[in-house]
Amino acid sequence: MSWLTEFVRPKIRTLLGRREVPDNLWIQCPACQQMMFHTELDKNLKVCTHCGHHMRVTAQQRLGWTFDEGRFTRIELPKVPNDPLRFRDTKRYPDRLKEAREKTQLDDALVVAHGTIGGHRAVVAVMAFEFIGGSMGAAVGEGIVAAAKLAVLQDAPLIVFTASGGARMMEGAISLMQMPRTVIATRLVKDAGLPFITVLTDPTTGGVTASFTMLGDIQIAEPAAEIGFAGARVIEQTVREKLPEGFQRSEYLLGHGILDMVVKRTELAATLARLIGLLRVKEREAA
Amino acid sequence: MRHFLDFEKPIAELEGKVEELRKMSEADGINIAEEVVRLTEKADRQLRSTYARLSAWQKTQVARHPDRPKAKDYLAGLITEYTPLAGDRAFADDAAVVGGLGRFRGRSVVVLGTEKGSDTESRVAHNFGMARPEGYRKARRLIELAGRFGLPVLTFVDTSGAFPGIDAEARGQAEAIARSIEACLEAPVPLIATIIGEGGSGGAIALAAGDAVLMLEHAVYSVISPEGCAAILWKDAAQAPAAAEALKLTAEDLRRLKLIDAVIAEPLGGAHRDPAAAVGAVGDAVQAALQPLLALDAVTLKARRRDKYLEMGREALS
Repeated sequence: MSWLTEFVRPKIRTLLGRREVPDNLWIQCPACQQMMFHTELDKNLKVCTHCGHHMRVTAQQRLGWTFDEGRFTRIELPKVPNDPLRFRDTKRYPDRLKEAREKTQLDDALVVAHGTIGGHRAVVAVMAFEFIGGSMGAAVGEGIVAAAKLAVLQDAPLIVFTASGGARMMEGAISLMQMPRTVIATRLVKDAGLPFITVLTDPTTGGVTASFTMLGDIQIAEPAAEIGFAGARVIEQTVREKLPEGFQRSEYLLGHGILDMVVKRTELAATLARLIGLLRVKEREAA
Repeated sequence: MRHFLDFEKPIAELEGKVEELRKMSEADGINIAEEVVRLTEKADRQLRSTYARLSAWQKTQVARHPDRPKAKDYLAGLITEYTPLAGDRAFADDAAVVGGLGRFRGRSVVVLGTEKGSDTESRVAHNFGMARPEGYRKARRLIELAGRFGLPVLTFVDTSGAFPGIDAEARGQAEAIARSIEACLEAPVPLIATIIGEGGSGGAIALAAGDAVLMLEHAVYSVISPEGCAAILWKDAAQAPAAAEALKLTAEDLRRLKLIDAVIAEPLGGAHRDPAAAVGAVGDAVQAALQPLLALDAVTLKARRRDKYLEMGREALS
């Protein structure tokens, strides 16, 4: 019994233990209820290894999986007024923002980064559903505009991953005005002759769908993502009919001609790389 | 029969009394002119003070007033040689969006409006002003037509929002709205939008991303209905009055936030009390907004419009 095994080892063990053991080593798939070990799930990009269900992921994870070797540079987004309407429901809006910022370590519901995808320069904007449901207020709108300007500056395509419940109600009509503002952003990219690609992930609804999202040169969705304008519950109450099987899911939209393709998460980066390569004839000729 | 809103009860009572007295004096030949004048003045004062300080929720009710002039009243009153055009060239003609060619104060224009209808039959025919994708695609087609022939576009917006239906989603409601917004922003001609009643979210902005956005004094313009907002954030639709207040959806709020360009004063007691005066006031305001834009070429117009929207939302209420 030495001092080393008696005292130091256990202490190190508890220190390491605290850090290394996550709360949930085993994660249950919300679709098929099967359990998966967390490393196995992460390796499969948070897609269930049993049923193929695509779980919701953070914006940061998204960026890591999209760029070559997971390397990218995030840009700082322009600041906007924090609480333009002094909005208060059961909570004050600034308190909701503060909570979301603490929880997510993000400023708002959008992150923008640049790097390469399949060797092609690209600007990628990712909506963070974990931040107040990915809702679009002035910060998100301003971020999409900034991403568009960066794409033009870098002569690179713009790819936006959408994940949003719609407009940020707490910013009232200011959030509504993000619809025309983000539509202008798409025009900045297109007018420069650059591809604008949207990747719709679960869920993409409301004013976010009805603005920049639906103006992609190419529109891709992950499998079984909820995509629509009006909420399913509102529709059900309005038309008093049972909604059809698979209504407002990626495959339903694909069948109705609204998307170009439904692509598994594990194949997304390769698909984006191929699309950019095919679209950017000019880039190759210049090089 | 005039339709009175809940908060107009005291006014309704006074006006009812005046009406009764008038009938009595006609029937019995009793001279009660003085009493009639006194009560009429009292009713006017009541009306004036009520309408001078309407809450956001009361304005929402005025904006939805069944007798409020609708898009087709503005077309009838302001547009000569009105020639309706129909269809999206793909699926159907959506009666929730009306529009076509005509002359505004002598000038050839394209007009568009979301039409709610004014009685049960027309309300059903126009789907209560809630458009489907074909409505927004018709709007886009007419805006592009205007661009080809250098005609200004005038839109009159009055909708609770885009139609939330299975068919609408299946035919790409979101895409249709996005393209309609894009058509507004890309138009090589002036586009003046007037919110005449309800400016309901995406269904309204689809026709309102213009060079100048005007709003009637008691119109409302919001990202979500107060009822919808209350149901989500308060978990109680009965909190709609509080939500209306919080959403800052009145014309005056939006002007202060610099999201709209001008507020058009309404006749005393709201546009429904004097539709002709309201239509005339809108005509004058549209003319004033349009005039300076006519001198601008397409490139300048588009650049100006983009800058206007890109600048938006940096303003906060103090």
